[in-house]
Amino acid sequence: MDAPPNPWFSWQYLERNWSEVVDALVIHIELTVLAVVIAVAISLPLAILARRIPRLSGPIMGFTGVLYTIPSFALFALLAPYTGIGRTTVLIGLVIYALLILVRNIVVGLEGVDPDVVDAAKGLGYSPTKLLFSVELPNALPSMIAGLRLATVSTVALVTVGVVVGYGGLGQLMFRGLQSDYRAQIATSALLCLALALILDVLLLAVGRLAMPWNRPQGKRGSRASRQAARTQVESAS
Amino acid sequence: MSTIEDAWSYLTTAQNWTGANGITTSTFDGGWTWANDSIIALGIEHMLMSIAAVTIAAILALPLGVYLGHVRKGGTATVIVSNVSRAMPTLALLTLFAASAIGFGNKAVIIAAAIFAFPPILTNSFTGMADVDPDVRDAARGIGMTRFQIATRVELPLAVPLIAAGLRTSSVQTVATVPLAALVAGGGLGVIINTGIATQRYGQVLAGGIIVAVVALTTDAVLGRLQRRVTPPQLRAVAAAAKASA
Repeated sequence: MDAPPNPWFSWQYLERNWSEVVDALVIHIELTVLAVVIAVAISLPLAILARRIPRLSGPIMGFTGVLYTIPSFALFALLAPYTGIGRTTVLIGLVIYALLILVRNIVVGLEGVDPDVVDAAKGLGYSPTKLLFSVELPNALPSMIAGLRLATVSTVALVTVGVVVGYGGLGQLMFRGLQSDYRAQIATSALLCLALALILDVLLLAVGRLAMPWNRPQGKRGSRASRQAARTQVESAS
Repeated sequence: MSTIEDAWSYLTTAQNWTGANGITTSTFDGGWTWANDSIIALGIEHMLMSIAAVTIAAILALPLGVYLGHVRKGGTATVIVSNVSRAMPTLALLTLFAASAIGFGNKAVIIAAAIFAFPPILTNSFTGMADVDPDVRDAARGIGMTRFQIATRVELPLAVPLIAAGLRTSSVQTVATVPLAALVAGGGLGVIINTGIATQRYGQVLAGGIIVAVVALTTDAVLGRLQRRVTPPQLRAVAAAAKASA
């Protein structure tokens, strides 16, 4: 008996299941964006707290480290009995993992701010709030953006583990493709995952460049512009 | 509340640990396999799979990373490898392998886990070798050491803390990845969780989650101690700095 063809990629599959694939992709994007946004909203105050009150820094970092070591599969399993199977559980798990990456990177960024710069701002009479928003946070931005990119890319990959509780975006398609032994479905959703991660990463990279004109790599052509940018930065800061 | 009680009773029932008929069962073709209803059997299987995956990854990544770090080439490539592996969902690789000629089961899982264990070992051994103080290397050359001697007697010992850190990261990550095997009909501790969800026994799901979490945290702690032991006291600050940036 001849086995039916089971190609790794098929346009026909995409054409016939377009709406299903798009639905899964939309769920995947929604989960990712929502999780990262919530994680940012929680991690910023947490990281600032850890920085402001050194005594809290150890516990916050230690706790996030322990949580991060717990496998996602287990975390979803720990949450499922309480938050049910579905969207909420996946979202909570994703937020927790993104949170840890973000808190670490923001703290590292804040710690890396040149003490002389902080000292100068203090000498100029900056209040702690103004110091935070106009000196410390902008200076920590490179590390924050790096953390954001890392968190986003990991979240895109992690969403697929949501199949454990029946809500995994593109992971759902992968899993169904596996159950019905249909390679095109698996390969398509895997490729879409990779593409999504790549696109979001590049988008955030671009956002970072826009937000930090002083931090652009100095090319031959751009060097003058960036020097200009650096100068205006200095002027606006003074 | 009852979920916690269910989890507790699952964990305290001896039969759940030893299995109804021992920790192995015979297969229809006369061989044997780990019993799916025994936490001990699944735990052993879990560890064996993890060890296999990390060993494969280390055999490939260690020499490559050490060599590339020694000649200080391919830094960009190692970064790309680790970035792509981060974006690639584990489940995608698992399902792709399971649907390919490799087939369902533990083999697909071990290969997938080995692929994910590869980048941390590679990048850390590369960085460890490449970041050795140029002055030290220069001094070694000055006293007449050959390139091979410099690599094995100067750079490698200095890179040990970072290499150990990489092995630890990748081992912990592998132990955390192997539970996904349950989704592609493999073994290991994920089976407890998967069976629990399929049969809606959430106490068992919770218990499985706790077991996997404890195994991962224990692995991390044990390897953390080992990492400290192989790191000479003088190099501990370096290792700590490396961990903070990872």
